[in-house]
Amino acid sequence: MTAAVTHGVPVGGHESGPASKRVIVAYGFWIFLLSDIVMFSAIFATYAVLSRATAGGPSGTDLFSQGTVAIETSCLLASSFLCGMMSMAVSRGDYRGTYIGGASTFLLGAAFLALEIREFAGMVAQGATPERSAFLSAFFTLVGCHGAHVAVGLAWLIVMMALVRSKGFRPNIRRRLACFSLFWHALDIIWVALFTIVYLMGMHK
Amino acid sequence: MDRAPGDDTTVGEDEAHASDLRPYLIGLLLAVVLTATSFWAANTSVLWPPGVPIGLVVLAIAQMGVHLVFFLHITSGPDNTNNVLALAFGVLIVALIVIGSLWIMSNLSGISLLP
Repeated sequence: MTAAVTHGVPVGGHESGPASKRVIVAYGFWIFLLSDIVMFSAIFATYAVLSRATAGGPSGTDLFSQGTVAIETSCLLASSFLCGMMSMAVSRGDYRGTYIGGASTFLLGAAFLALEIREFAGMVAQGATPERSAFLSAFFTLVGCHGAHVAVGLAWLIVMMALVRSKGFRPNIRRRLACFSLFWHALDIIWVALFTIVYLMGMHK
Repeated sequence: MDRAPGDDTTVGEDEAHASDLRPYLIGLLLAVVLTATSFWAANTSVLWPPGVPIGLVVLAIAQMGVHLVFFLHITSGPDNTNNVLALAFGVLIVALIVIGSLWIMSNLSGISLLP
């Protein structure tokens, strides 16, 4: 009691006990996301160091299409926004809104992934494979790792929609939906760094 | 009481409050403006070319901040201290890895280590 007073904490009638499970789960997932971002930072650093090591092969200026990147960016940003709409529907307990939000989040995420796969296939068809140069190894590692995260997120979203359908908005389902939306927003944050450093800076000479 | 990352200000402990649309709309608007500015800056010939990458980095950091505040609802309030401290530690490690790698490797490329 005296310790709390000396630290300037008001000792009122309500002592704040341990945080609710919802807060603890989301906080733990937040720590996981930050560690994922630290892992991405190592791949970003590798890419930044190797981005000029083209070994006489194609460089970013030859390979990247700004139109594709602009559409991919719009898809992911809109998907992140609609994921926010889905979270709002979940907190209202609105099934219809959750399904509509989840479906539109999924479609835009899938469109992003399809564009990225098409871009990769086009590059491989031109002979710009990961083994061509250190630049391309780093490029496919970085962009592919983000794409793999998006693919995992899409699978997770399908599972969550099935769980909402079969179990409803139970507290544990709500917690998982909250973790999913954190994951999806974090992927968009990583994409902001990615399109700036890889594509815009790679094409700017 | 601590607030979970991702919760906005209107979400109470009973989890039943409807949350507010406005932060998402403001975030979307700011993100669109910042992204469009980035694409414009990368293509325009109006700006001094060597300064453009620095501008792009600043715009990207600004947009990440917008996403954190308006989509992930990270605030500076006392109920968010744990979330902000974890984020600050993450940012420190990311900065050490990225700036440290670039610094060391650019220094090494100035010294020929291989015969």
